[in-house]
Amino acid sequence: MITNFRLWPESASSMSGPVDLFFVIMLILCTAVSVAIAVFLIYCAIHYHRKRENELGSQERYNIPVEAAWTIIPFVLFIGMFIWGAKLYFAIERPPDNAITVYAVGKQWMWKIQHPEGQREINELHIPVGRPVKMVMTSEDVIHDFFVPAFRTKQDVLPDRYTTTWFEATKPGKYHLFCSQYCGTKHSGMIGWVYAMSPADYQNWLTQGAPEGSLASTGGKYFHQFGCANCHHFNSQGRCPDLRNLYMRPVLLTTGKTIIADDSYIREKLHNPDAQVPWGFSSGVMPNFTGVVSEEQILALISFIKALGPQPGTQQPSSSGTAPTEYGTQKGIGGPGVTSNAGSQVEKR
Amino acid sequence: MIEAVAEKLEKNYLNEKQGLLSWLLSTDHKRIGILYTFSITCFFFLGGFFALLMRLELLSPRNWLVSAGTYNKLFTMHGIIMVWFFLIPSIPGTLGNFLIPMMVGAKDVAFPKLNLLSWYIFMLGGTVTVYALIRGGVDTGWTFYTPFSTSYSTTYVVAAAVGVFIAGFSTILTALNFVVTIHRMRAPGLTWFKLPVFIWSMYANSLVLILNTPVLAITLVMIAVERIAKVGIFDPALGGDPVLFQHMFWFYSHPAVYTMVLPGMAVISEIIPVFSRKPLFGYKAVAFSSVAIAVLGFLVWGHHMFVAGESVYSALTFSFFSYCVAVPSAIKVFNWTATMHKGSISWDTPMLYAIGFIGLFTIGGMTGLFLAALGLDVHVHDTYFVIAHFHYIMVGGTVMAFLGGVHYWWPKISGKMYPEGLARLSALIVFLGFNLTFFPQFVLGFLGMPRRYAAYPEEFQMLHVLSTAGATILGVGYVLPLCYLLWSWNHGRDAGPNPWRAPGLEWKSTSPPPTHNFEVTPVVTSKLPYDFEAMKEELELV
Repeated sequence: MITNFRLWPESASSMSGPVDLFFVIMLILCTAVSVAIAVFLIYCAIHYHRKRENELGSQERYNIPVEAAWTIIPFVLFIGMFIWGAKLYFAIERPPDNAITVYAVGKQWMWKIQHPEGQREINELHIPVGRPVKMVMTSEDVIHDFFVPAFRTKQDVLPDRYTTTWFEATKPGKYHLFCSQYCGTKHSGMIGWVYAMSPADYQNWLTQGAPEGSLASTGGKYFHQFGCANCHHFNSQGRCPDLRNLYMRPVLLTTGKTIIADDSYIREKLHNPDAQVPWGFSSGVMPNFTGVVSEEQILALISFIKALGPQPGTQQPSSSGTAPTEYGTQKGIGGPGVTSNAGSQVEKR
Repeated sequence: MIEAVAEKLEKNYLNEKQGLLSWLLSTDHKRIGILYTFSITCFFFLGGFFALLMRLELLSPRNWLVSAGTYNKLFTMHGIIMVWFFLIPSIPGTLGNFLIPMMVGAKDVAFPKLNLLSWYIFMLGGTVTVYALIRGGVDTGWTFYTPFSTSYSTTYVVAAAVGVFIAGFSTILTALNFVVTIHRMRAPGLTWFKLPVFIWSMYANSLVLILNTPVLAITLVMIAVERIAKVGIFDPALGGDPVLFQHMFWFYSHPAVYTMVLPGMAVISEIIPVFSRKPLFGYKAVAFSSVAIAVLGFLVWGHHMFVAGESVYSALTFSFFSYCVAVPSAIKVFNWTATMHKGSISWDTPMLYAIGFIGLFTIGGMTGLFLAALGLDVHVHDTYFVIAHFHYIMVGGTVMAFLGGVHYWWPKISGKMYPEGLARLSALIVFLGFNLTFFPQFVLGFLGMPRRYAAYPEEFQMLHVLSTAGATILGVGYVLPLCYLLWSWNHGRDAGPNPWRAPGLEWKSTSPPPTHNFEVTPVVTSKLPYDFEAMKEELELV
C-alpha cells in the first residue's frame, strides 16, 4: 500500500497538461488566500485576546472602500476562473475533426467496446498514442459514466441517447477506466483498463485476433438479417429512403424542418420510426425495432450506414428521391470529394 | 413568604410543568426546540454510525466487512438521514425554534400549535424512513438518480421517498412559522436593520425552504408513480427522460445545500461579535449576502450536470452563476474575519468553533471554485474531491456552527454552564479529526477515486486509511459534548441571565427563560444592532 502511493495522478493525454496547469494555478491562488485568512484569524485571536473581563473591542461598524474592494476583487478573479474553465471545457467537449471513432455500450456492470475495424472488447480499450479518439457511448440500462483519470476526461453514459467524449493519449501505458456514476450493486466493479499503444503496436493489435470483419460489414449483415434491405434497397424508388450518402447530411422532414442524420437520428428511427419522417415519405411504413435490435447492433448498423458512400457516378443526395427544391440547395454541403472518404467523414456535434 | 417569592421567580419553561405529556403536548417554542434537539441528535448518531461502518469498510481495497450491496445501502442511508433528518432541520429546528421568538422579543412563534405539528410530522417522516431502513434499506444514493431508482433498484425506494416527502411538510411549516414570526411579532422599536443577522439568515433560509421543498415533493411523487404504476416520466424504456429527473432534483437540492449552511452562517454571525465584543462588521453586507445566496442559489442547479450531457451553453450559464453565488459567501468570510480585528477576543468554546468554522468553510468554499470551473469539474466531478468539498461545508461548516451555537446558547437553554476545559478540548478534537478525515479525500478525488465505490484499486488505500483514522477521532469529538452537556444539565454551575455579556434580546431574559420569555415585552431603544456601547454599565459591574 505504500509502494504505489502517489499524490498526483498520471498525466497521459493532450488535455491533462492544460487541466493540470489550471488546477495548479487555482491551487496556488486559493491556498494563498486561505493561508492569509487563517494567519489573520490566528493573529487577531492572539493579538486581541481579551485582557480584562470587562473589556470592549473597537466599535467600528463598516468601511465602505474596504468592503467594496473585497467584493469587487474576488468577483473579477472569479470571472477569470470562469473564462479559463470555460475555454478548457470547450476543448474537452469538442472532438477534433480527425478523431477516430470507437463505440462503447455500458451495462450493469461492464463496458462493451466496439472498434470500427471490427475488434470487440470488454472492460478494455486499446487506442493508439498521438491520435484523437472519439468515444460514442450509450447505455443499455441505467446511467453510467466513462472516466479515465489519466486523461482528465469524464462523460455520463445515458440510456436512449448517445453522448461523446474524446481524448488523445500522449504516452503509451495502461490506465484506469472507471464508471463514475453510481449504477447499482457492483458499481465499483465496473472498471477496466485503457491501453494506449504506439501506432505500430496498435496496428499489430488491430491485425491480430482476426475479427470477422469491420463493424460496418457486421452492420451490413444485420441490415439483411433484420430485413432492412427489403425496403431500403438501393434501387428503391418508392416507400423507403435510400440510405446511401445519408450519414451526417441534412434531411428535410415532413414538418418542413431539417435535421442532420446523425447517430441519434438513425437510432431514433429504429425505436420510433414514425417520428421525424423525411419529406416525401409517409409514416406507418417502417416497423418498430425496440427490443429487437440491441444497442451494439444499432451501432453496427450506424457504422454500416456511415460507410455507405454515394452510388458511383451520381451526386444525388440521400434520403429522398423526390427532393423539393429547398432540399436541392442543401446538396452542396457534402460533395463527392468529402464523401469518398466515408470512414472518417467530418462529424460535428 | 420569602420562599414563595423565590419559588415564583424560579419558575421557568423547564420546571413550570412536569411529566412526559407536558413535553409531548407543549406548544412552547423552547420546549419544541428541545424536542427537535433530541430527535436530530438521535438521527445524527444513526447517520454517523453508518458513516463509521463505511469508513471501516474502506480500510481495505476489497470488501472485507460488508458486501457491495450493503455498502451501497450504508452510503444511501447515511445521506438520506444526514441531509433530511439532521442537516436541514438541525439549526432551524433547534436553535431557530428556541431563539427566533426570543431574539425578536416575542412570547412565542406566530403559530405555536403548527409548530408542534411540525415536530410530529417530522417524527412521522423519520419513522417511515427508519421503517424503510429496518425492512432492508435503500441503495439508490440519497440523490435517487433515475432510471436506477425507478426501474432497477430492488430496495425500499418508495418507503424512503415517502419518509422524505412527509418530512418536507414539517420543513415548510417551520419555515412558514419563522417568516410570519419575523414579519409580525418583532418587539416595539425592533426594525429590520436592528435585527441580529441570525434572524436575517434564518429568514432567507426559510424563504428558500418554502420555495424549493415543494419541488422535491413533486419529484418524489413522480418517482413513486413511475416505480409503482410504470408511468413513463424518467425511464427512457417507458418513454421518459432521466436527465429531467436531475434537473428537478437539483433545482431542489442545490438551494437545499444553501439551506444547510445558511443557518450555520446565522450562528457564526452571532458568536463572532459577542466573543469579540465588537459589532458585526459590515452588518448590511452580511445581511444582504444571505438574501443574495438565497436568490442566486436557485440559478446554479445545472452545475451538478456538467458531465451529464447538458449543452455547453447551459453549462456556461450555470458555471457563471456558480461564480456569482461565491461572491456573497466570500463577503461573509471577510466580514467575520474583520469583526475580529481590534476586538476583545475570548477563547471560549463557541468562539473556537466559530474560528474553526471560518477556516473550514473557507476551504470548502475555495474548493467549490474548482468545481464551478467547467474544465476542472470534468476531472473531479463524481470523485472524492466532491465528497471532501461538501463535507467541508456541511460538517466543517454546519456541524461546527451547530456545536458552537449549542455551547453559546447552552447557558440560556439549560441555565447551566458546561465544563469549559473539556469543551475546548473536544472542539480541538473535532477540528483535528475532521481535517484528518476529509483532507485526504481531496487528494483521493484528484487522483481519480470515484464516489460510491465499495472496493477500489490498491493505490488509494493509504489515503483511505488516513481518512478512517480521522473519522474515529472525529467520532470521539462528537460523543464528548453529548456526555458533558447532559452531565451539566444537572451538575453544571448556574449560568445567570447573561454569562457572555451579549447584547441580544434573548440575554435580557432569565436563564432558563420563563414560559413566556419575558416578564415584560421588551422595547428596543438602541439605534443599532449589536449595541455593545449600551452594555458598558453591565460590563463595569463585573
